[in-house]
Amino acid sequence: MEKRLLLGDEAIALGAIHAGLSGVYAYPGTPSTEITEFIQSNAKEIRSRWCTNEKTAMEAALGMSFAGKRALVCMKHVGMNVCADAFVNSAITGVNGGIVVLAADDPSMHSSQNEQDSRFYAKFAMVPALEPSNQQEAYDMMASAFNLSEALREPVVLRIVTRLAHSRAAVTVGNQKPQNPLNVSNERWVLLPGIARKRYADLISKQPAMLEASETSIYNKTEHGDESKKLGIIACGIGYNYVKEAIGDKANILKISQYPLPVEAIKKLASENEAILVVEDGQPVVEEQVAGILGAGYPVKGRLTGDLPRQGELNPDSVAKALGLPYGPVFEPAKNLAGRPPQLCQGCGHRDVYTALNQVAAEYPDHRIFGDIGCYTLGALPPFQALASCVDMGASITMAKGAADAGLFPSIAVIGDSTFTHSGMTGLLDAVNDKSNITVIISDNLTTGMTGGQDSAGTSKYEAICLGLGVEPEHLHVVVPLPKNMPEITRILREEIEYNGVSVIIPRRECIQTAARHARERRIKNEEEKK
Amino acid sequence: MKKDIILCGVGGQGILSIATIIGEAATKAGLYLKQAEVHGMSQRGGDVQSNLRLSTDPIWSDLIPEGKADVVISMEPMESLRYLPYLAKTGTIVTSSKPFINIPNYPDESTLQAELDNLPSVVKLDIDSVAKDAGNPRGANMVLLGMAAPYIEILTVEQLRKAISVIFARKGEAIVESNLKAFDMGVEATK
Repeated sequence: MEKRLLLGDEAIALGAIHAGLSGVYAYPGTPSTEITEFIQSNAKEIRSRWCTNEKTAMEAALGMSFAGKRALVCMKHVGMNVCADAFVNSAITGVNGGIVVLAADDPSMHSSQNEQDSRFYAKFAMVPALEPSNQQEAYDMMASAFNLSEALREPVVLRIVTRLAHSRAAVTVGNQKPQNPLNVSNERWVLLPGIARKRYADLISKQPAMLEASETSIYNKTEHGDESKKLGIIACGIGYNYVKEAIGDKANILKISQYPLPVEAIKKLASENEAILVVEDGQPVVEEQVAGILGAGYPVKGRLTGDLPRQGELNPDSVAKALGLPYGPVFEPAKNLAGRPPQLCQGCGHRDVYTALNQVAAEYPDHRIFGDIGCYTLGALPPFQALASCVDMGASITMAKGAADAGLFPSIAVIGDSTFTHSGMTGLLDAVNDKSNITVIISDNLTTGMTGGQDSAGTSKYEAICLGLGVEPEHLHVVVPLPKNMPEITRILREEIEYNGVSVIIPRRECIQTAARHARERRIKNEEEKK
Repeated sequence: MKKDIILCGVGGQGILSIATIIGEAATKAGLYLKQAEVHGMSQRGGDVQSNLRLSTDPIWSDLIPEGKADVVISMEPMESLRYLPYLAKTGTIVTSSKPFINIPNYPDESTLQAELDNLPSVVKLDIDSVAKDAGNPRGANMVLLGMAAPYIEILTVEQLRKAISVIFARKGEAIVESNLKAFDMGVEATK
């Protein structure tokens, strides 16, 4: 046994390695990225190359499971939408080697466009979910989750939130378990209706076992500390920490870290107390279900009743307030304070792209520029304020197409290199097939920049991909986004906006963050060679 | 004993290095520790902060409650004010005095400094100049850590020095020495 100071993400990664993991399949996304990075740096024997998107990741994991080995799929919460088809159907096929689907939710949207709660997905697919309350549980739960997955022969969701993913604490860790041997399934995971109906019946028949696992789980436990019995607290995941911070041992708490909900434990807590407060980070998934379990007459408080804020992450203050505890005294907020939003780095190629775009677009007062997900989304903020939209991975091209179909001109899309291979390629094919009048900018910085510079799946292949999808060679251009090239870039932009059809312009210059890192690595290597 | 610390500044100023060093020292000292960081989008020139909790007893929440931070350690004066509601009434702000202006609506500097000076306990210093004097212009964060050392209390100056040596060890002896020098000048400056 050894103690290590680990981020929640790192605890999950190490827990998976020690649980006999054979492959991690992931697309970078805050706050999940560090899990795969840790495995890449610390366990070379585990397959860990970044995937093109969350759907390819989920499907590859299902294939590894079919062959008998343990696979981990990691993504941020919105990645669950991308892989949902594969994920929901993996509950119908069931698994052979264990699969853990790690969904990192982002309540308060620190780095996201919504705060959807992945526990809904687990319930939707009818599979168990685990939700660690601290870094130690995050580590311990990986082995539990893989064992549960193989015992039930179903995928298991592990749901975390940003505050756990990106917080460090000491974790006691064990030893590495060997990987499963190759053990290819002899079943046929062919979801034709006749077979799927039978497998869905199997999934339904496993529900009592999943419930039993929750009722007896070591991660769900009741504490008694309040003789008044006025309030029972259901505390989920890290919500438990805020309750303990506020009230210590003087409360009646049912800590829930494993789903489906332990119905008997909830009924017991309700029978022993006059009301229930549900403390959960994310959406009121549990609160709604508890209200249903206990019926209309029983008082259930939480985010829906306004006892806790309806949106945003929980914190020790909102929870203490919901518990009616005294607050303050505190300093008033400062007067001399201005917001400091994130911005594109000085010297970043995306800046030159927006400078050029804004210059040309100004000649067309009716223009709209549809944006996408990545560093370049910051082009929506001052000083550029260039973007009309940013919705989901790939939506720049398809929204530009739809708006052009409706008659908008000029209709322009800006998408990054990694986002283009994630979900932009299929939309570009639609546009080419329809000969849509759009101009697509693939701003290529040779990396997945926003999440810290991971490999981008299509690097060195973009011209070939575009030509392969049918973009006409004379309307495909590569430029270097630098101030000195502004006349050339703006000329090409003007010409291609005027072309009635699909044009693709690829401004290509390495991300200055990864360029600096690569220069540093080269310098260190040179120094070592001199020695 | 328990110390709740908010580290803050602008993305890229090196607050996570300060957190790593305090974390190393606390681990070696056998303290309980929780350290919540900000990664991802806000790192790009935006405001960043880290909640650092050190204690001789187990810690529950990763986040510090309002009015409970013993120290706010800031690489930038306006950023130090952003977390004022978290500072305990008896707490101290340790901050760089030099504004980092990358926004058009940065407050008037003299009113900003006046608001800081009106608070009960503020220690401020032009850490960039001190770091330059120490021959280590990139070591401003170590100067700041040195300034804050007496207020961290739960760790000694010597424990923090040792942690600096450990964290920078792989970058070579010269880097360790220049960071220790910057740290020591920070300690001296606030004596």
